[in-house]
Amino acid sequence: MKRGFKRGIVVSLVLAMSMVTAACGSSSGKSDNSVELLNVSYDPTRELYESYNKAFSAYWEKEKGQKVTIKQSHGGSGKQGRAVIDGLKADVVTLALGYDIDAIQKKGLINKGWQSKFEKNSSPYTSTIVFLVRKGNPKGIKDWNDLIKGDIKVITPNPKTSGGARWNYLAAWGYALHHNNNDQNKAKEFVQQLYQHVPVLDTGARGATTTFVEREIGDVLIAWENEALLSVKQLGPDKLDIVYPSESILAEPPVAVVDKNVDKKGTREVAEAYLKYLYSEEGQKIAAENFYRPTLESLKEKYKDTFKDIKLFTIDEFGGWAKAQAEHFSDGGVFDQIYVPGK
Amino acid sequence: MKTIATKRGVLPGFGLTMGYSVLYLSLVVLIPLSALLLNSTGLTWGKFWDIATDARVLASFKVSFLTAAAAGLIDAVLGLLLAWVLVRYDFPGKSIFDAMIDLPFALPTAVAGVSLTAIYSDKGWIGSLLEPLGIQVAYTPIGITLALMFIGIPFVVRTVQPVLEELESEVEEAAATLGSGRVRTFLVVVLPQLYPALLTGFALAFSRGIGEYGSVVFISGNMPMKTEIAPLLIMSKLEQFDYAGATAVALLLLMISFLLMLIINTLQHRLRKTAR
Amino acid sequence: MAGSVPMTSGSSMNPRTRSMKETSWVKWALIGLAALVLLWLIVLPLIVVITEALKQGWDVFLAAIVDPDAMSALRLTLLVAVITVPLNTIFGVAAAWAITKFRFRGKQFLITLIDLPFAVSPVIGGMIYVLVYGEHGWLGGWLDSHNIQIIFALPGIILATLFITFPFVARELIPLMEDQGQQEEEAAVTLGAKGWTVFWKITLPNIKWGLLYGVILCNARAMGEFGAVSVVSGHIRGETNTLPLHVEILYNEYQFSASFAVASLLLVLALVTLVLKGWFARKNAH
Repeated sequence: MKRGFKRGIVVSLVLAMSMVTAACGSSSGKSDNSVELLNVSYDPTRELYESYNKAFSAYWEKEKGQKVTIKQSHGGSGKQGRAVIDGLKADVVTLALGYDIDAIQKKGLINKGWQSKFEKNSSPYTSTIVFLVRKGNPKGIKDWNDLIKGDIKVITPNPKTSGGARWNYLAAWGYALHHNNNDQNKAKEFVQQLYQHVPVLDTGARGATTTFVEREIGDVLIAWENEALLSVKQLGPDKLDIVYPSESILAEPPVAVVDKNVDKKGTREVAEAYLKYLYSEEGQKIAAENFYRPTLESLKEKYKDTFKDIKLFTIDEFGGWAKAQAEHFSDGGVFDQIYVPGK
Repeated sequence: MKTIATKRGVLPGFGLTMGYSVLYLSLVVLIPLSALLLNSTGLTWGKFWDIATDARVLASFKVSFLTAAAAGLIDAVLGLLLAWVLVRYDFPGKSIFDAMIDLPFALPTAVAGVSLTAIYSDKGWIGSLLEPLGIQVAYTPIGITLALMFIGIPFVVRTVQPVLEELESEVEEAAATLGSGRVRTFLVVVLPQLYPALLTGFALAFSRGIGEYGSVVFISGNMPMKTEIAPLLIMSKLEQFDYAGATAVALLLLMISFLLMLIINTLQHRLRKTAR
Repeated sequence: MAGSVPMTSGSSMNPRTRSMKETSWVKWALIGLAALVLLWLIVLPLIVVITEALKQGWDVFLAAIVDPDAMSALRLTLLVAVITVPLNTIFGVAAAWAITKFRFRGKQFLITLIDLPFAVSPVIGGMIYVLVYGEHGWLGGWLDSHNIQIIFALPGIILATLFITFPFVARELIPLMEDQGQQEEEAAVTLGAKGWTVFWKITLPNIKWGLLYGVILCNARAMGEFGAVSVVSGHIRGETNTLPLHVEILYNEYQFSASFAVASLLLVLALVTLVLKGWFARKNAH
């Protein structure tokens, strides 16, 4: 009996070994005059970085004579942040909100003070929150307070699973604050009513867009401006219209170099240049063409027809991300109170 | 040694197969799962209890277990029908019929979710027919049940099928010779022999349903307290870097399903004994 | 009671055939009902996949499939299946042998442990490997200092798939082998046959159908798994994206047709395994 046991262990060890060797066979080599970067980003930046990567590769090869290949990884912002924390070897992260990069920083992968490392709060491009409605705006939606009228159905993703949706929520909150003499209780009431008009809470921003456009559910979709512009372009200029509310939040998706990873791989120089080039005229132009608001003054003028000028407030109004997260989105926070009775 | 051998029977290979099974089970399943148990840093009993009794968590468990049970039961009935037809009858197109059964496994769950939502939403093929009747399927527990039925049906068919194929015909013949009617023969002679396999199929479809995430999030609408499933709560906790909270919900879910399955497996074992 | 049994099916029929067959209309009614169930529950969603895939014509369909990212995803998916299915098959046979041919304490407990991966949400199935092999996991520090990447690379994807498909073969074989008992094997051993010979000559032919079903299910699930793999993959394009993940990417890029085209590629893959099964069945028919 004992010999049998031993044999069982030997057999399984051999199998395990063969699995490991099979698995390791695929690791790739790297030649001297080329470098590889991994950009871990969130969902709606695929198109943006696809064209930006080409531009940067050309720029870098011209400048330094080095070939750079940029690999892309996209997913929900929080999930991507977690992957980097758990060991996804990203050189740079370009996420939806500072909170997710803060989480990486807390684990020691990114140095403190990352947000002042690049200009404009390390946010090379910005966006805002707007409404997407059916063609001709049949329900006459003009501003945030129209969303809670009658039987209007609002589509927005779940702020607990979608980073982008947290901007939606805060934009509504900010509007309500400003229209009720900064009364927090009134703002809460408004947001509570708003979410009572939401029939489906998708887990991600793009899921919500699909629900609104393809399933034809709801009268209005609360969306990022870049997503709204892209949806109109890709899914039907004849089906959708964009409505700008009187005021909204300035969404600043930040970027950062993952210090620990670039130091280990020796890619700091190119990684920093990669993010810095986002602020260049070419980088800004690519951002604008992918419907992100450029931060470069000279381009703002050029694209002023695409990006309507509305009153924008920032996350600072909520005391920064850490505070907003704790107050509104953590378990038992305001968002949970909306749904759980008696809390 | 000898006493063990005689007690277990004359067949060889117990040590080898048992040793290998346990080792492999430990490497692939038990050790990683124990990480879940031990990694709950920051998780005190107090917090665990708070999470376990949270109204929203309880509501999501109710949704998950009820829809999974309903889907499992319906699958058991429909699966038995499909397996019976496949084993007992010959008809044109049978091989294609047979092949189709496995396709729900091959289709990524997210695709299944999207397709089902497309069919059953108000503008979909079936949804638009049901809407005038006031029946809403997508974004209700019915939709979740449907998605879980799709995910689980192969489990039932594929566990019942081999047993049905191996079923000895003598008993059935004897019953018939003794003058028993076909329906009676089926109910009294055939069905009891299938109970263990049916129960296994149900258990598998059921437990798969409890954990299912990919297909359900599309069709459920994810409304807290109404159509929010337990795996989604785990995801949303992870999304906020709340590992301890996610672990707590996961552990709870795991313990309940494990207990249920242990009960079902024991029951099934008893049934098998009586069926002999 | 016996007198009430209808004998209308014809006295020329011998009891054997009569007992094993329903009257023709019952048979066809059952077949029709089963076909309806199949159409409604399984075929309808698949038709959606196919029609969506072809909505923008064959050009878009083909372009989506020959896309380099799709091809690399296909390669990865096949590689993962080729590694995981045999490993879990060997385990399944070993476990079923140990469980059904011998008596020991805690058998139901062991079976339930084997079932466990079914009960674990796929998301958790991925997360546990992150807890063990991730940067802050048990082995994270050691792996990092030796530059071994498990999570967000091929080994992680394989591990997660192994976990998800772990019970399939064993679960298929256990009820079958339990039903068959062990008399045949015992007789052979008593007559002096060796263990392996008994397995190859007696057990394997008896369980080949169950085994085949198990392998097919295991394979289909290995290729289609999304949730667990999504947690450990890292989503690096052209590198750690499997086919199901690629489907999701395309879908999120609003390339609905392309996304469903790749999904239908997965269906084709599943059909190929089923054709192989048919071939195997014919070969073994005599």
